[in-house]
Amino acid sequence: MTVKTPNGYSLDDSGRRVVVDPVTRIEGHMRCEVNLDDDNVIRNAVSTGTMWRGLEVILRGRDPRDAWAFTERICGVCTGTHALTSVRAVEDALGIAIPENANSIRNIMQLTLQVHDHLVHFYHLHALDWVDVVSALDADPRETSRLAQSISAWPLSSPGYFRDVQNRVKRFVESGQLGPFMNGYWGNPAYKLPPEANLLALTHYLEALDFQKEIVKIHTVYGGKNPHPNWLVGGVPCAINVDGTGAVGAVNMERLNLISSIIDRTIEFIDQVYVPDLIAIAGFYKDWTYGGGLSSQAVLSYGDIPEHANDDSAENQLLPRGAIINGRFDEIHDVDLRDPDEIQEFVDHAWFSYPDESRGLHPWDGITEPNFTLGPNTKGTRTRIEQIDERAKYSWIKAPRWRGHAMEVGPLARWTIGYAKGIPEFKEPVDKLLTDLGLPFDALFSTLGRTAARGLEASWAAHKLRHFQDKLMAAIAAGDTTTANVERWEPSTWPKRAKGVGTSEAPRGALGHWVVIDSGKIENYQAVVPTTWNGSPRDPAGNIGAFEAALLNTPVARADEPLEILRTLHSFDPCLACSTHVMGPGGEELTRVKVR
Amino acid sequence: MSAPAAPPRTLLLGIGNLLWADEGFGVRVVEHIARHYRFGPEVRLLDGGTQGIYLVDQVRWAELLVIFDAVDYGLAPGTLKLVEGEAVPRFLGARKMSLHQTGFQEVLALAALLGDLPERMLLVGVQPAELEDFGGSLTPGVRAMIEPAVAAARDWLAPHGVEWTALAQPSEPGALADLPHGALALGRYEQERPSVEQACRSGDARVLERLRED
Repeated sequence: MTVKTPNGYSLDDSGRRVVVDPVTRIEGHMRCEVNLDDDNVIRNAVSTGTMWRGLEVILRGRDPRDAWAFTERICGVCTGTHALTSVRAVEDALGIAIPENANSIRNIMQLTLQVHDHLVHFYHLHALDWVDVVSALDADPRETSRLAQSISAWPLSSPGYFRDVQNRVKRFVESGQLGPFMNGYWGNPAYKLPPEANLLALTHYLEALDFQKEIVKIHTVYGGKNPHPNWLVGGVPCAINVDGTGAVGAVNMERLNLISSIIDRTIEFIDQVYVPDLIAIAGFYKDWTYGGGLSSQAVLSYGDIPEHANDDSAENQLLPRGAIINGRFDEIHDVDLRDPDEIQEFVDHAWFSYPDESRGLHPWDGITEPNFTLGPNTKGTRTRIEQIDERAKYSWIKAPRWRGHAMEVGPLARWTIGYAKGIPEFKEPVDKLLTDLGLPFDALFSTLGRTAARGLEASWAAHKLRHFQDKLMAAIAAGDTTTANVERWEPSTWPKRAKGVGTSEAPRGALGHWVVIDSGKIENYQAVVPTTWNGSPRDPAGNIGAFEAALLNTPVARADEPLEILRTLHSFDPCLACSTHVMGPGGEELTRVKVR
Repeated sequence: MSAPAAPPRTLLLGIGNLLWADEGFGVRVVEHIARHYRFGPEVRLLDGGTQGIYLVDQVRWAELLVIFDAVDYGLAPGTLKLVEGEAVPRFLGARKMSLHQTGFQEVLALAALLGDLPERMLLVGVQPAELEDFGGSLTPGVRAMIEPAVAAARDWLAPHGVEWTALAQPSEPGALADLPHGALALGRYEQERPSVEQACRSGDARVLERLRED
């Protein structure tokens, strides 16, 4: 049966059903089902978060000044960005202004996370969807060297260097420790890189693994520790004392210089390794134009990286804020997170109950009442679902909508909005990338476009690290070492009742925390996370979310090897740990793929 | 007589999510050690949480690695079991129950790929009783295994000259960099947990239906 969705997609569930559960190389637990037509093209897609979420279950009644420490533990990926969003929500509720230096340091923390997360995502979670490791073992290292020297000035590029890496990986694979390469569909015809490019990417997989440890040292300095850096309502918890010499406590000149040096090396690595690799790999996949989904129609960003402290205007956000709907790039709407008519979450297709499920609820009024029921067309049992019934409730992820529209969030959304606003630092790199690859503008709206936007953003973020570090150093040189405002630290200075919202642009997209405080304690806490937007199920009107839209109309080379499905889902950098909560033991090492 | 060799670089690493009941075992063991002992510079204590790739560098640094974790051995809840050497990754990979972004098995594989796997490894694992109680703490049987887990690590490390200096008074929770934030320290975490009436946890039972029927 073919159904037309209000947001413009045709869904046909008559073909063979393929079930991928769990989707691997992501954070959290997710299941995906698609229907293939006779030509192995995806005609219906169903994305299910297989865990239940419930931050309010742990935070209600706790001290709002501590909330960040809990949100930082929700998952292993977005730690700092949740903490930042949480302190912003509490400061918003209590009317706390932060010092300019705290704003600079928070931006450095957030940009560090962006760079680190994008780099690790590209090489360690996504590259193997494009790069065939087994083919890399057959490459001629001299060809790889030629390729490397033709795309970048990065010095590690001799034939001997690539031969050493190749031998090291060969020994590793021959010893039977497949490790990170265990779940690959090696030899699948959807892999298009020649062996020498596969070896180049594999080599940089290892270099990036080694280099990423340098980037996170920035978190250790400004956050006091890593993993789980410290945050503070009212500012940042690191004191600055340029004359200090001890290793303990305040950030001194030696630490500030260390950060400066890491930033320089990070810029070098991103611009000489990551971005050239991205362009080289994309060049072999120019014909693979699938996966655009909502990106050309409806995108959303809350904006982040405020140039100045305590200014929430759209103009002050270096990562742009805005919403584009109906593919109208000439009209960018501002976004108000407090307006009860803008952001609403629906649950008629999610395993939750509302008194009236035809309507959505703003997060301040959010209800999280679980209700696990399965539709009449479900195949299998409640405990072992063989095929989900997407006409009924089918996910532990709620369906957030902006003014009723399903939206894509993430790097491609941010860059599309920046481009549409005509901001040169977004527009120029995109135009250059497309020109270098000889691709039209519309090519941006694809799985590869999403992956490319992430790479451009990593470079943008690395250079912005330089900007805020310089700004901080200039302030310190001028005698301003203030990093926290503790005037309203004591609950006795707070209003009896207050509510606030904090936002950030996490690496994978728009993140919002809404908090209600009563008598000094948290009364309600709701988080709408990026993967809630992208992985959302259908809504009462029948609109499909970003994952489902992106999978449609993609041809699959081999039905029992869901390489193309993983490719597109991974391009969103999904993170379900905080959008959902665990449902079952799950986590079997090998993905179960069922074709019916 | 030659001078005694420098003590080996030793990492005591707790992994798991402390918001998920017994999944917090590894982190709680490290918290206990941090509050009660001091070490020389060759020993690092780390609350690894659910970090994946971030931990690769810490593992590469270590010559001796002790991992504390909740592990599904298929044994009775609360059973402590030690696994050594090459067998360690197998137990960290099978039926992974945690949210570790990169399974810890993969962290070890990546360290091996970079040629820096620790020379000796010990996994001190406890069989969890409860994993689905979001916001909950260790169950009594698992909590009782914290001190035996510490003793097992001490015994294993003893031949390698790792010195444990016991503190006369346990240090304040949250006072040390390698501990969870004060609000997450075991005592406050448990005392300040919202009650069932305050924060509906009834979802857990329904969510658990699948587990129980399995």
